[in-house]
Amino acid sequence: MFDSFLQNIFNALQWGSFYSLIALGYTLVYGVLRLINFAHGDIFMVGAYIAFFVATTFLGYALSPTAALALTVPLTMLLTAAVGVTIERVAYRPLRRKGANRLYVVITALMCGLILENGNLALLGASRKSFPQLLDKTVYTLGPVSLTNQKLAVIACTILVFVFLQFVVTKTKIGMAMRAISYDKFAVPLMGIPLDTIILFTFVLGSSFAGLAGLLFALSYPVLDPYMGALVGWKAFISAVVGGIGDIRGAFVGGFLLGFVEILVVAFFPSTYRELIAFTILLLILYRKPTGIFGIAGTTKI
Amino acid sequence: MKRCLALVAMVSAFLFATTALAQTIKIGFNLSLTGDIPKVGEASKFAAEMLKEEINSKGGLDVGGKKYLLEFIYEDNESKAESAVAAALKLIEQNKVLAMVGPNSSKQAIPAAQQANDLETPMISPWSTNPATTLDRPWVFRAAFLDPFQGPIAVDFVKKQFGAKTAAVLFALDNDYSKGLAEIFRDEFQKKNGPGSIKAFESYASKDQDFSAQLTKIIAAKPDVIFLPNNYNEVALIVKQAHDLGWKGPFMGADAWGSAELMKLCGSDCIGHYFSTHYAAAGAKGDTKAFIDRYKAKYGYEPDDVAALTWDAVRIVLTAIQNAGQLTGDLRKDRKAIRDAMASIKEFPGITGTMKFNDQGDPIKCAVVVKIAEDGQFTFAESVCP
Repeated sequence: MFDSFLQNIFNALQWGSFYSLIALGYTLVYGVLRLINFAHGDIFMVGAYIAFFVATTFLGYALSPTAALALTVPLTMLLTAAVGVTIERVAYRPLRRKGANRLYVVITALMCGLILENGNLALLGASRKSFPQLLDKTVYTLGPVSLTNQKLAVIACTILVFVFLQFVVTKTKIGMAMRAISYDKFAVPLMGIPLDTIILFTFVLGSSFAGLAGLLFALSYPVLDPYMGALVGWKAFISAVVGGIGDIRGAFVGGFLLGFVEILVVAFFPSTYRELIAFTILLLILYRKPTGIFGIAGTTKI
Repeated sequence: MKRCLALVAMVSAFLFATTALAQTIKIGFNLSLTGDIPKVGEASKFAAEMLKEEINSKGGLDVGGKKYLLEFIYEDNESKAESAVAAALKLIEQNKVLAMVGPNSSKQAIPAAQQANDLETPMISPWSTNPATTLDRPWVFRAAFLDPFQGPIAVDFVKKQFGAKTAAVLFALDNDYSKGLAEIFRDEFQKKNGPGSIKAFESYASKDQDFSAQLTKIIAAKPDVIFLPNNYNEVALIVKQAHDLGWKGPFMGADAWGSAELMKLCGSDCIGHYFSTHYAAAGAKGDTKAFIDRYKAKYGYEPDDVAALTWDAVRIVLTAIQNAGQLTGDLRKDRKAIRDAMASIKEFPGITGTMKFNDQGDPIKCAVVVKIAEDGQFTFAESVCP
């Protein structure tokens, strides 16, 4: 029992990593704009597809898988960031300029997500894509626990991303500007802070890490389909809320929390009960602390 | 406005002329062209198109001395149960098809069959293996064998091949096919190997991508073999994750593994494992080989079992139409005549083997177990006949 428990801890760390990485993107945008960017799960999906195309192109030029991976990581992050920024420019900024109610922006975000999903379906067809193996997989067996280098890389990446984002948001000037915008969107430009640039930067950060998450996800679960981001995205959003949306630590902890709950429920109960028990626990947490684990009560929320 | 009217008149005149020139037989296809198992729908559609071209190029289907061109209407059921019902309704009520082929997976075939049966339209599912699809539904037929036949084959095979005395099962709870077959396997295995011989019986939901918790449980129980009655896309993920978690033992699969896309998604991880299926493409002879060669030449890959079964299913429908003798043009009457003709087919020589139909509309036919060879080919391991 204890053996499989240890194994499950690592399973949960890997699974929770994805929730965490995606939740970080939700929370960044929410923290600055007070906007729930529902397209984020699908940006993650687009990231996985971009990684697929970039990687297969590089492999097509007879690059070694390791070299291809080294090039795929920055390129995927860059291109996914471009997708996120485009959505911001095309869909969210015009609405913000017109001073539209936040509700309309949220609906727009939902629609952007659906457009990404179905656009992908129309462009690439329903057939699944098989992600190439870029990382030479080695299975380490430490007593009862089996680990792969992939699993460790995923967990390490997530922790690094969290540390990096936490540093950017709390210790840098641009991070201070981001927090200032979230505090008062109207006073900030008067202080000479370029509002649009900061918002753009937020989307670049959020989307590029969604792209990284997509790449890591595709490495771990190498079957890509256009709807892969929908459910994971929703659950990541829930974990961001449970952690306290708007707080980087909240997204990080919330993602791992959901991962742990989901895996451990399956480990000890029939797997049918997973969502039931998992979401009951999350509901209880929100009941005790409606703003989430790290959240501070705000004045207006959707 | 005038020009518009003239155009409408011309178009309708043209339509009248064409319908008057060649009468058509409309057959509907309820296929999973998108969603979880798009390759299954694609294979069905490709096989049907090939058959249609062959018959239409000879001037059409001969029914009672009159030639009819075939018109196939493909409707996407998105690999969902509710969409399959909607697609069936659309084909039957709106497109007014004479008969419906599909859906393929039992998940969609069981609810769609209810619709077809209620609306008194003959339906044949090429690939559905769950007994409930045709059970007490006189209007519904199938071209595949049943899970109560397939499950015991897997039980016997793992015993013979791996000397398995214990087994574990991982299945999709919300998929009638997967769940039904998993339960049959469990019951049969325990009957033959004693109670408690199923070490783990774990489930997941269809959209899941991570199976590590279930697999950890299964691997900790140390079964001799893992039985996976799952769709090919999930198989690819499950097998890889099991290997990551240190599983080195064998997997036994079922017919939903047999898609042309399995090896593309699963790669080297699936090599060396076995599954039961409807036919083995490698080493086929006669008509089966002719079909495989033509399909391969036309579409560039080897046809999987769904393609072959669709070919057989459509031919059963067409044979029934011919046996009905004539088409009156009265949809209700024609549908009834086709159903009766289908029910009275006692034996049919298909490319997936000779089928004898029982009174439930189920064929009695042989199954094969194939091994996934080093080069990714599905090679024949053994054949089991009822």
